[in-house]
Amino acid sequence: MSVLLALVVTVPLVGAVLPLVVGRRTRLSRLLTGGILVVQVGLAVAVAAVVARRGPVSSVVGGLPSEVGIGLVADAVTSAFLLLVACTAVAFFAIVRTDSTRFGDSLWLLLVAGLSGVTVTADVFNLYVFLEISGLAAYALVATGRGAPAALAAFRYLLVGTVGATLYLLGVGYLYVATGTLSMAGLNAALSAIGYDSPLVIASFVLIAVGLGVKIALFPLHTWKPAAYATSPADVSALLATLVSTIAGYALVRLTFGVYTLGFLTDVPAARVGLLVAGAVSVVAGGVLTLRQTDIRRLLAYSSVLQFGLIVVAIGLATPAAVTGALVLLLSHAIAKGGLFASVGILAREFDVKTVADYTGLVRDAPLFTVAASVVFASLVGLPPTAGFAGKWYVALGAVAAESWTIAALVVGSTLLSILYVGRVVETMVFGTPTAGVLGRGGSETGGQSHVSTDGGQLHTQSLTRASLLLAAVGGVVVALGLWSSDLALWFQPVVEGWL
Amino acid sequence: MSDLVMVFSSRVAYVAFALLVGIGVFVLVDSDNLLKKVVGLNLFQTGVFLFFITSAFRRDGSAPLLSGPGPVVNPLPHVLILTAIVVGVSVTAVALALLVRVYDEYETLDESEVKEAQQS
Repeated sequence: MSVLLALVVTVPLVGAVLPLVVGRRTRLSRLLTGGILVVQVGLAVAVAAVVARRGPVSSVVGGLPSEVGIGLVADAVTSAFLLLVACTAVAFFAIVRTDSTRFGDSLWLLLVAGLSGVTVTADVFNLYVFLEISGLAAYALVATGRGAPAALAAFRYLLVGTVGATLYLLGVGYLYVATGTLSMAGLNAALSAIGYDSPLVIASFVLIAVGLGVKIALFPLHTWKPAAYATSPADVSALLATLVSTIAGYALVRLTFGVYTLGFLTDVPAARVGLLVAGAVSVVAGGVLTLRQTDIRRLLAYSSVLQFGLIVVAIGLATPAAVTGALVLLLSHAIAKGGLFASVGILAREFDVKTVADYTGLVRDAPLFTVAASVVFASLVGLPPTAGFAGKWYVALGAVAAESWTIAALVVGSTLLSILYVGRVVETMVFGTPTAGVLGRGGSETGGQSHVSTDGGQLHTQSLTRASLLLAAVGGVVVALGLWSSDLALWFQPVVEGWL
Repeated sequence: MSDLVMVFSSRVAYVAFALLVGIGVFVLVDSDNLLKKVVGLNLFQTGVFLFFITSAFRRDGSAPLLSGPGPVVNPLPHVLILTAIVVGVSVTAVALALLVRVYDEYETLDESEVKEAQQS
């Protein structure tokens, strides 16, 4: 069984070589990559099944003693995020990715390997290595976009991302100097032994939190995100928007509660206040910046700043309900944002619609798209019965339980901010009167038919259908997750209770 | 005051680590030249690597061989930093490759000129 956990990382990592080996046969490369991604889904499902049957599993690669070996661990929460990584990677690869290249396919697998590694590792240094593997793959994937803006955005992403990862590494160094161990379980025990208020421990927490904050893209460390997501190809931006920040957020949750533990947050109130303030600033600044965007993909990227602010606030609250809320929000935001980036990216690729104004009156040309988009946006706002609502509900419950009324007000305020920008987009799509046909098909009264009859038109219609169906599926998932959110919370419960 | 001098002079390697990190971040933030930013990034990373290596130091320590005499220096940070150096080299390689593309397009590596070219 323990070999499963090692396979989750090694299969995509070794698989990343295959597209390069097959040379210029693009179709073969695509087939192989798809196959490996499907295997990865199978592995993730297997891990979840084992966890469901026997509880948390852990293993040490090579059968070494756990202090020196490479430890891997999976619990209920881990398995959920493993599934998210695997399913997103295969879905976007099959549906959104059209122009496969062998280098791109290889990077795609490398990203999956890195993110899966971050999810299952039980060692803080290996977390750094996996973080950088996924980071390097992400920089290179952004640069696969056409033109120099993509290269420039990738370069800026690389600078900021590497500084973040290096700060994280420095934090790990402080932890090692303080405790002499790198395994998460070992650190958990050693930290409580040496006392949480040791300056080394506090400094390490600050460095690690800031380092991961860069990857999560909290305000003001978010600067890489909008440009990177707006210039990269549709498939890449969808994949990155779903996974990169989400997995970094999950790493922050795990390190905060699995390594530093609640005792640290209680003994060092400044750490908790720091998390709360950083999150709150991110919510407000993210919301305000989102309102000012005209480019739809930049708008979506800025809205992530708001969402992740809320997640960090929930981590700072550190009550069972709030942490459950943080995990549900991480998942629901990832799915919703990924679906939106994917479908918006397809429209940008095929119809060259990029700004919010371009979406004026879209409902006439694409009713299904508009309805599905509204449902997914509702999850970002946090309206029932979506998963986003469930996440916010748990966070608000946690805030009330902790009697932090400011935070409770912040959660409600974040909803209002979200309604403002989402309302603008949805209103434009539904009530706006287009001056010309939105999707380049001519006005719906005048000769829309003739355009569709040409080959190019048919291709356009196909990709519109594809985007609409994808978004509808994502909307379905988001609503289903919302309806069964109590089951999700129940699945997370043993882990969260172990933390708190 | 003399205490402070004592503390710093007995921990030269840590002072070097702090200076390297500081200089690296300063170049990274301040320089207008994108290539120099990569140099700053490298300095910053090297500073952090040096911190790890310093933490492994042990007075009169020898190489950690099973057959050798003790005391030995701690080998684990060395191994970690070997990995981190590989990561750092990969990052630099990707950064330089991206800069080649930026230069091909804008024919400059000056950040403000690139910005101007982007707006026009």
